[in-house]
Amino acid sequence: MNLSILKADKKNLNTFITIGSVLIFIGLIDIILSSFLSTNITAFLPDKISYLTPLLFGLFGLYLIRIEFSGNKLLDKVNTNFNSSNFNALLTLLVIFALIKYIPPLLNWFVFDANFAGNTKEDCTGDGACWVFVKVWLNRFVYGLYPDTEQWRINTAFLTLFLLVGASFFVPQRYKKYIIIFLLFVYPIIGLKLISGGDFGLKYVETGAWGGLSLTFIVSAFALILCFPIGTILALGRRSKLPAIRYTSIGFIELWRGVPLITVLFMSAVMFPMFLPDGTYVDKLIRVLIAITLFEAAYMAEVVRGGLQALPKGQYEAAKSLGMGYWKMHFLIILPQALKLVIPGIANTFLALVKDTPLIFVVGLLELAGMVNLAKTNPKWLGMAMEGYVFAGLVFWVICYVMSRYSQNLEKKLKTER
Amino acid sequence: MNFKNLKLNLSNKNKDLIPQILTVLFLILVVIYFTINAQSNMGNRGISFGFGFLSQESSFDITFSLIDYDGSHTYARAFLVGLLNTILVSAIGIFFATILGVTIGIARLSQNYLVAKSAEWYVEIFRNIPLILQIFFWYFAALRALPLTVDSINFYDISFLNVKGWYVPKFVWTNFSIFIYSIIFAFILIYFLAKYAQNQRDKFGKQIPTLYISILLIIGLPFLTFLIGGVSLSFEIPELTQLSKTVYVYRGGVSIIPELISLALALSMYTATFIAENVRAGILGVSKGQKEAAASIGLTKGQILKLVVMPQALRIIIPPTTNQYLNLTKNSSLAAAIAYPDIVLVFAGTALMQTGRAIEIISITMLTYLSLSLSISVFMNWYNKKMAIKEK
Repeated sequence: MNLSILKADKKNLNTFITIGSVLIFIGLIDIILSSFLSTNITAFLPDKISYLTPLLFGLFGLYLIRIEFSGNKLLDKVNTNFNSSNFNALLTLLVIFALIKYIPPLLNWFVFDANFAGNTKEDCTGDGACWVFVKVWLNRFVYGLYPDTEQWRINTAFLTLFLLVGASFFVPQRYKKYIIIFLLFVYPIIGLKLISGGDFGLKYVETGAWGGLSLTFIVSAFALILCFPIGTILALGRRSKLPAIRYTSIGFIELWRGVPLITVLFMSAVMFPMFLPDGTYVDKLIRVLIAITLFEAAYMAEVVRGGLQALPKGQYEAAKSLGMGYWKMHFLIILPQALKLVIPGIANTFLALVKDTPLIFVVGLLELAGMVNLAKTNPKWLGMAMEGYVFAGLVFWVICYVMSRYSQNLEKKLKTER
Repeated sequence: MNFKNLKLNLSNKNKDLIPQILTVLFLILVVIYFTINAQSNMGNRGISFGFGFLSQESSFDITFSLIDYDGSHTYARAFLVGLLNTILVSAIGIFFATILGVTIGIARLSQNYLVAKSAEWYVEIFRNIPLILQIFFWYFAALRALPLTVDSINFYDISFLNVKGWYVPKFVWTNFSIFIYSIIFAFILIYFLAKYAQNQRDKFGKQIPTLYISILLIIGLPFLTFLIGGVSLSFEIPELTQLSKTVYVYRGGVSIIPELISLALALSMYTATFIAENVRAGILGVSKGQKEAAASIGLTKGQILKLVVMPQALRIIIPPTTNQYLNLTKNSSLAAAIAYPDIVLVFAGTALMQTGRAIEIISITMLTYLSLSLSISVFMNWYNKKMAIKEK
């Protein structure tokens, strides 16, 4: 039997494309009709065959239009990208069918059947998501239990931060480092004072009331700023020639890297107070910050060590031959180069840090995910778990996706410079 | 100038010693300070440091246990239950994360635009959402939407899925040990077969189809035990029983609790994204010249993949994937958030609450994780060394 009759070539191309497209079209119509109007145009066939008809039609159609080189740009593109073999054609069809089947219901849930208007759960009458829940709780999701009248303080703190960061991109190079020094060493204290209050006529807000998305940012920003110097010192210590320092650093790094963050947080919650003189009370948030900082410092140390190892030996030797001591050599020659090398690694550590912040629920601090947990157990809003988690997931996703894109771009930029 | 250098050399020894002594001294001081505080604190609360509590009766129950356990057992046994549960969920997670990760990693390199894009979006979506949120999502939102026990989703009348968990048939074996022995025996045979095949190949250039013979052995030998070894297998299928007018439960079979399902799902889907990236990087890391060279000496496509690409790609893939396995094991501690009775929940949670022995319990928990991490990394280092380039 000669199957080559069924193979498209340049002579009978038009016929084959017509027949093939019609077959693919029938397959698509079949799947669309069955998933939207729930009518089955091939119902006269036995159950299992009728189920597979769109696939069979599509496969045969794609087989007919498959040709090595047709000269038609569109057709060639389709063939190389979607239809290079029977297996690829099958995968293409499966992906398309899955999209047709699952995207519309998802969209319906998200947008078309969703409820946006109203203020109570009873306003949610449609089948879709009840975004009223998110709308009503949005304030809590962002600010936690922070008193409504004082929320301008958080806004001011973050707005100033964004302005300062933005300004650091535009001011001349000369002033840039002052802004950065201010941002790293002075601003955190001012910001913290502004949010916690207690002086200057600001009402004191205890850390238990902090929460929501703003707490996520506060915790990750502070942990990042603090873990950076500790991590650098640890990395230097791990590469030190002095055995006592080297082994202390290795032990410290491996200890933190070997245990999960949740046990570290448990430790800060229940074990740490036992090690302090009786009666000393360290604020919950500060304990958490110390725990997360030490934990992330160990990871940061490994990142920085990677940069130190990547530097050619000549850099060390050149610095030494200029008569520089250990600290001078590292701060003026080695670290500036090494840190530049590992900027993407630092960004990834920060990303991991942001994704780890929800764990502070262990000590009773509620950031975004924790607030969703709290909100969904509110008797007036039972059964809203899906909306809450989808919302929190979206927020985290946007933050992390933007950051990871930024770090990838940075990586590319640094690569071309070298 | 010379004189100055000489002086520097002479004092070098001291220069090295002083920071070291200071470091050690600082460490010792911190430890002493913490010990004194801990002692006085424990004295105030009327407890003394020690691990004697481990042999006391625990008197709390655990919802899910692989071994026999109830409240009359000791804390040590409760610890073991937690540890086994941690290992169970990590093993399940690693298994599925590897399968899913490799599939997606390969799919990202597919020529098929749609497949590559879908794989890419899978990675982008699941990598950038915190794991704890994914666990919450599956447990509190997705699995809670399952039907009640009465209207369970029915898989061919042998397996049932409902809001209380997933009920699967239980394997009831007779002479199970013979079955296990046959599998071990098959592995030993395969080991010798592989050695023999290599020998033949090195000496005479003869190719022996090791893979097919191995598959035959590993299926055939256990199958033989069914025919002649007196091994038999039957299934205990879960059955719906009515307790009262409205209360139904499934009796018999094995019930997989929703906590375990959601934890394993979230862990494997999250970790799979990282493994997929490793796999992609590994395959891309094998230079094109290698494949072309292999093709030019006449190897088939399958041979190229098996003999040239994979051995080199695995070398790139394994070290970062080890890290992912370690991360997955450590991340399984998030179980505490949805009350899956892993070591953190059972031991650092319930047991700590009952005994108040914070220092001992947290230390044991952390040490356990440390040793779990270390054992996985030792094993993977061994494997990595085996796969590494052996330069002559």
